[in-house]
Amino acid sequence: MNSEQVQLPAAVSIRNLYKAFGTNPVLRSFSLEVAAGENVAVMGKSGSGKSVLIKCIIGLETIDEGDLVVLGKSVPGLSPRELDLLRADVGFQFQGSALYDSMTVRENLEFPLRRHQEKMKGLRTDDLVQEALSSVGLLHAIDLLPSELSGGMKKRIALARTIIMRPKLILYDEPTSGLDPITGREISRLIVDIQKQYRAASIVITHDLACARITGNQLVILSEGRNYVQGTFDEVAGITDPVVHSFFT
Amino acid sequence: MINVLRNFFLTTGQISQFTARYWREVWFPPYEFQELLKQCFFIGNKSLALVGTTGFIMGIVLTLQTRPTLIEFGAQSWMPAMVGIAIVREIGPVITALICAGKVGSGIGAELASMKVTEQIDAMEVSGTNPFKFLVITRVTATMIMIPALVVMSDVISLLGSAMVENIKGGVSFTLYFSKVLEFLDFSDLIPSIIKSFFFGFAIGIIGCYKGYTSSRGTEGVGRTANEAVVIASLLVFILDFIAVLVTDIFYEL
Ligand SMILES: Nc1ncnc2c1ncn2[C@@H]1O[C@H](COP(=O)(O)OP(=O)(O)O)[C@@H](O)[C@H]1O
Ligand SMILES: [Mg+2]
Repeated sequence: MNSEQVQLPAAVSIRNLYKAFGTNPVLRSFSLEVAAGENVAVMGKSGSGKSVLIKCIIGLETIDEGDLVVLGKSVPGLSPRELDLLRADVGFQFQGSALYDSMTVRENLEFPLRRHQEKMKGLRTDDLVQEALSSVGLLHAIDLLPSELSGGMKKRIALARTIIMRPKLILYDEPTSGLDPITGREISRLIVDIQKQYRAASIVITHDLACARITGNQLVILSEGRNYVQGTFDEVAGITDPVVHSFFT
Repeated sequence: MINVLRNFFLTTGQISQFTARYWREVWFPPYEFQELLKQCFFIGNKSLALVGTTGFIMGIVLTLQTRPTLIEFGAQSWMPAMVGIAIVREIGPVITALICAGKVGSGIGAELASMKVTEQIDAMEVSGTNPFKFLVITRVTATMIMIPALVVMSDVISLLGSAMVENIKGGVSFTLYFSKVLEFLDFSDLIPSIIKSFFFGFAIGIIGCYKGYTSSRGTEGVGRTANEAVVIASLLVFILDFIAVLVTDIFYEL
């Protein structure tokens, strides 16, 4: 390990995050460190606040209390302009892929490039689109509409749209949900490949055990609004707590 | 009952806020011209045939219905003036706006609602595009431009239908018919009608966008959103029309 890598700031640093909707506290004291280049899988029951967590990280939801530092910037204090700049470095894959229905695959991929031209100066849009599509192995789908794609293909295209900005941090919201186990495994492997190729840190939200095992260097269980347990997959799997155990059966 | 009233005022307040946000943000860049053009084309393309057909039929029907009465009074030479004024002042704008509320307003409502539930609007936001500017401002501006244009087109087609009836039944030539229409119609008929069409267009666009953009009821809510957009927009068309007639009347008195 060289000295440069040691100095890299954490990709995400969350301390005692509190977030409530009305009187319903969703995140109560959540803390998480994600080092640069690290892959963290977060598991939790449906409705436990997983999506809310990563929406806070990218500034789609505001936090009520706590510290939230992403790529060295404290998210709550950012101006809209600064938030846009930060978002250019963060990829977000939505749960349902969220491809734009009225646009072809090519237009979907070009969309993030429209506004973030400073970052991508000197790179041709066409080249970037081709590169992202070949990373997910779907170059032939470039002129199709989202309605012509299968569920697994949509997830891949969404992944391509996420990495086209060459993000330093990628957030995945249930990347394998709604897929059969085999396709799910393919997507999980793809996430690992992408992470190696782009050397990005990532947080993978999931309730799919196989996905968590394949993608995560670290596994966090989100329960009761906090990081209930945290460790490598095998460490967490060895814990006999009933809440933790319920994820492994 | 109290709940109904409360909901009504709440919704009215929210729509006003949404409208205010449109007028606050429309002046400032980034301007999404390409999307605006696309939406204008889309609206025109979607409603041209329907608006044209309806206008043509309205012209024919109105003429056929009033002919016997006018003949009875020996006043058939007034036909072009009467039909012209009825169509340009009232029937053209209102019918066109109602059709577009059904066709365009519901389309916008359903489109934005489904974009909302599938997180496409959030996806735009994180890709650095302001979704309000990209989706709402373009669509409302497009309806505001296209509805008056469609109204003018509908007026012309209606008059053609009327002229055709007069031509076949009364032997009146098209040239004579249209010169009579132009003799009686002047800008004080056309301008108020165009101005109110702008408001109709704005209402249709803003209601469709408001309903879609703020919908949160999951996939089954999409259909309902479209439906509500049509109902509210149609009602607004009548209310605005009533206000427009009152205001124009005051101007005529002056
Ligand atoms: N915009 C919102 N308004 C009110 N409550 C919300 C909102 N978004 C999420 N919630 C609530 O927060 C909780 C966690 O939601 P979410 O993070 O989507 O769960 P999941 O872990 O399945 O992704 C749920 O109880 C949900 O009802
Ligand atoms: Mg979720």
